[in-house]
This record gives sequence, C-alpha cells and structure tokens, in this order.
Amino acid sequence: MSATHLHDSAAAPAGRPNAFMALVRRRPEIITFALLLAICVAVSLINPAFLQPSSLVDIGRASVVMGLFALGVFIILAAGGIDVSFTAIAAFTMYSLTLLVKNHWPDAPIALVLVAAVAGGALLGVVNGLLVHHLKVPSLIVTIGTQYLFRGILLAFIGTVWIMSLPPNMGAFGRLPLVQFDAADGRTITLPFYFLVLPAAALGTWWMLNRTLMGRAIFAVGGNANVAERLGYSLRTIHIFLFAYAGGLAGLAGIIHTCANRQSNPFDLVGSEINVIAAVVLGGARITGGTGSVLGTLLGVLLVVVVNSVLVMVGIPSTWQRVVVGSFILLAAAFFVTAQKKS
Amino acid sequence: MRNTGGQLVLLIVINVAVLGLGAAISGGSFLAPFNLQSMAGQLPEIGFLAIGVMLAMCAGNGGIDLSGIALANLSGVVAAVVAGKFLSSADPSSAYSLAFIIGALLVGLIGGTVNGLLISRLNITPILCTLGTQMLFTGLAVVASDGRAVAVGSPDLLAQIGNGLFLGVPISFLIFIGVAALVAALLKFTPFGLWLMLMGTNPKAATYAGFPRTGVLITTYATSGLLSGLAGIIIAARNVNVKWDYGTSYLLIAILIAVMAGVRPEGGYGRVVCVVLAAIALQLMSSMLNFGGLSNFVRDFAWGALLLTFLAVGRYNVVGFLIPNKSTKLV
Repeated sequence: MSATHLHDSAAAPAGRPNAFMALVRRRPEIITFALLLAICVAVSLINPAFLQPSSLVDIGRASVVMGLFALGVFIILAAGGIDVSFTAIAAFTMYSLTLLVKNHWPDAPIALVLVAAVAGGALLGVVNGLLVHHLKVPSLIVTIGTQYLFRGILLAFIGTVWIMSLPPNMGAFGRLPLVQFDAADGRTITLPFYFLVLPAAALGTWWMLNRTLMGRAIFAVGGNANVAERLGYSLRTIHIFLFAYAGGLAGLAGIIHTCANRQSNPFDLVGSEINVIAAVVLGGARITGGTGSVLGTLLGVLLVVVVNSVLVMVGIPSTWQRVVVGSFILLAAAFFVTAQKKS
Repeated sequence: MRNTGGQLVLLIVINVAVLGLGAAISGGSFLAPFNLQSMAGQLPEIGFLAIGVMLAMCAGNGGIDLSGIALANLSGVVAAVVAGKFLSSADPSSAYSLAFIIGALLVGLIGGTVNGLLISRLNITPILCTLGTQMLFTGLAVVASDGRAVAVGSPDLLAQIGNGLFLGVPISFLIFIGVAALVAALLKFTPFGLWLMLMGTNPKAATYAGFPRTGVLITTYATSGLLSGLAGIIIAARNVNVKWDYGTSYLLIAILIAVMAGVRPEGGYGRVVCVVLAAIALQLMSSMLNFGGLSNFVRDFAWGALLLTFLAVGRYNVVGFLIPNKSTKLV
C-alpha cells in the first residue's frame, strides 16, 4: 500500500539531512510506525504481559470499528473535507436496522444485514454529500449539523431503548471465531471472524484510491479543488461519492459494533469522532487534503488503540488518556507542518 | 457587504415571532418575568462561547475554535481546585470568589493564547489545532479533578453573579451584554478589528499589506479563550459544581449561533450584535420547546435542522431576497 501524492512528489531530495526529511514528507507514516514501535517496545519492557496473545487479540478486536470509521474519514480528509457525522450515521444505521430485523425478519441472513447496513449508511452519506456540495460551506459545519440531525431523529423518533437480545443470525456472526486457541492460563482466546472485515475494507479502499479514476479525482480535489474542476472532474459526483463511501463504511462499522457487543445501544459511538480523526491525522493525512495513505491510516488507528489500552498496563491512570492523545495530535500536526516547510 | 443589515432585521423578526408564538402556546406565562429572567440567566454561558467562535471564524483561512466549552470547563475545574486548596468557599469574605474568578480568567487566557501560538507560529490548521487542544483541555480537566465533579459552593460574590438580579435583570446577563459591547467596540474602533476582518477577507492581501498576522491571530484566539474563561465562571456560579463534561452539546450550539448570526464561515464578516440576537433567539426557541413538552432529543434534531437551514439561508441569499437592498452586493 503506497502513498499517493500528486503535488509534492516532485520534491527532489538534496543533501543528507534533507534526504530523511524528504522521505518523511513523502511517507509520513514512517514516523507513525516508529512511534508505534517505540511505544510497543517500551510497554513490553515495563510490563511483559503486553506481549501475551490475549492483549494483542484485544487490540485487534478493538481496532475493527475504529479502523472502518478511520478509512471513511481518511478519504474525505484526502479530498480536503472533514466529517464528524459518521458516528451518528453508524448509530442510526445499527439501531434502526437491528430494530427492523428483530421486528420484521428475525431470520434474515447476515450477509443481507451487512449489505443493508452499508446501503443505509451510504444513503445518509449521500445526504451529507449533497448538503456539503450545494451549501458551499466548510464540511465541518455541515456535518456537525447532520450529526445532530441524524442523532436527533434516531433518539426522538426511532427509539432510546437498548436492544439486549439480538436476532440469532447477528448474534452468531458476532461470536463466529476466525482463530481460537487456549491461553496459558486456560482461558479461550478468540479472534472473531468479523476482524477480517477491516483488512478487506482497507484493501478495497486502497484499490479505489490507487487504481481507479475516482481515487485520482479524490486526491486531485484535495490538492486543489478549482484546478480539479477545470480538469473536468465533477465536484458534485466526487462529493456525493466521498460521503456515501464514508457513510457506507460507518454503517458497516455500526452493525459490526452491535454484533460484537451483542446488544444495540442507540447512545453508543457518538462522541468518539475526535479519536478517529486523531488516528487519521496521526497516520499522516494532512487535514487540508491531498495526502495520506491507507497504510498510514491503519497505523494511526493502531497507535490510538494501543495508547488507549496500554496506559493502564504501564501504570498511568486512565484519566490521562485524553491528555496523551491530544498532545499526540498537536505534536504530529506541528511535526508534519515543519517537515513540509523545509523543502 | 451591506446586505448584512438584513440579517439584523431578520433576527429581530425571529425573536419577536418566537416570543409571540411562545406566548400563544403557553397562554402568556412564557412572557412572565420569572420565565424571562430564567432565560436571560441561561444565555450568557453559551453566548460567550458563540462570540469566541465568531471571532475565530472571522479570522478566515478555516478559522474556527472547537475548544471553547472544553476550555470553559478546564478554567472552572482548575480555578475551583486551586482556589479550594488555599481558601474555603464557606469563607464570608469574597477572597475565594475573587481567587476563583481570577484563576478561571487566567486559565482561559492561557489556553486561548496556546491556541493562537500554535495556529500562528506553527501554522497548524485551526480545525486540527483546536481539535487537539479540545482533547488536551478536557483531558487536563479530567486529570485535575480526577474525573469527578468539583464543588464550588455558593460563596456570596459568585452566587450574586450566578443568580443575583439587578433591577430585575440577572447580573450574569448584564455582564454578558457589557462584555459583548466591549468586544463589539474592539472590532469596530480598533485597528485590531479592521485587521481581523480584512485578513479574513483576503489573507494573502493582508500579508502583503504588512498586517501583523501573528499578533492578530494570537489576540483573536486569546480573546476567545478569555471568553471561555468567563463562560466557565458563569457555569460555576450557576451550577454550584464544575465538571469536565459539562455542556457537551455547546460546541454545536455555539457554531449554530454564529452561523445564524450571519457570520461567514469562510471569514471576514461577523457582527457581535447579531450574535447576541441569535443567541437570544435560540434561547427563546429552546425554552419554547420545553414549554411544548418536547424531549431533549427533539431539540437536538431541531438544532441540526436549524443549522442546515441557516446555512442554506446564507448560501442562497434568502435574506437579500426577502429584504431587498438598494446598494449592490459584493457577494
């Protein structure tokens, strides 16, 4: 998986110190990877329990939902926009779909449920895309509005009661194991089947960004929307596609969240947007658009998930979690800006 | 830029209409002095944050302040923890209150200056910077308070600010109007105001004209931070407790107010008087929904719909269509 840079790939490295900076500028995810590695090494030195399969599987499991969100946020960021409504889309889709399946078709095959989740999320995404395109205001403000709109509709008109018992097929999907083995202390550790959804979605997104015209168009719009329009790209199509794609991923993430937790709570997910955006930015995507890679995004997600789960292991109280992630965002932002300036 | 008188007229019309509608729904009790006082008392905390958002938006180049409510909570929490270390809120003298107020303002000012420095010196995009500081400020508030609510109590001076009346008007509301007037004067009569608006209109031209970009940006975000500190004081004075997760929906509402007030999200234009009127209109609507017996979730839905509606109003120049203006418009 490689980074696609349309406008600064021509930067020629000159001299020894600049060569490293140029490399970082082309592949900012190197820094993310180094940071992730450093944290993992430090944590396993302090607390060897970190390297147990059980905690690694936990990290893998925790990164599925966030990873799906992050892929959606990443392509919108790559096109120079931002989306904060994806958690509301996920909550909306997962709760209404679970309700629908439970009340009307409890035996619906899981494949159909997943497809319906993607379609439902994509539909809400299209609403976002149309609004962003036609209102011509920063997508942050539009999606803050739609976040409240979607969540308001969900909680005011659809329901606020937790669904504690899922339809059988959805529950079974959440429990379906991919790898199962017994740990040293006798507990059974399961890497669930739904974990595969993340690599599949990542591969699909990578293919879309690097092998299709739409991918070209997305980075072109992120680099300079006016120039992209003059080149003949239809901004309307791109905006609708972007937000529909992110919405579809959000719908999928929502339904997986429900299956994995074996319950559907309409109050879940909303509020975690900043963590996801942080992950994407830490993965090297510039918030002004035109840069970033799928691999970097996944590394950023892993970084945030690891930071969130290891603080307690190394004896830092969990109250510090926000301080650490917030500082990481600012440091990463400052670092990438400085790296870009020294060309 | 002259079509903006229309926004003012529109906001006044909305205010009067909502007042009338509220009175009709509630059979007059909506306009009772008690209800008006309670609405005026609820307004300042969100009003301060909205003015902060407006200032950041005016600076242009993607300017926005997402850290407002987080900084307000941090100011309240830190001031309460520090003041509580040395003084007791049960003390009859107003030493505790004064220490709390100074502490909160100081934290707000420092937080805002950090935002300004990061944005102007390090060139971090405002969205990203204030997203990061929002998390940082919230995190620091959690750390300082250990995740619990911190008691402020109701020492005399703070209680006066929170719940006192002067000639029947809540003191917090008077403070809000006073500060808003001060900010309006700052924008209208000082070079800073001119620089801010022109910089928001065309940052490149502003650079070539030799405007002190760094100074203007730092002043903008520091003022926004100071306003957050003020909001933190009012929140503490009205609620007896301060907690890191107070007012999670305020971020949207502050942006909603700014957009309703006709502040241009791309920068260069905004009027404090419109922000004040928009804040009042929103408070009236919120109380009206309460009178109608609707749940908070309906309110969330209504705010989202309202924000998008006002974006459309700004985009398609509905105001100019309804209230035509003789002079030619720039936009």
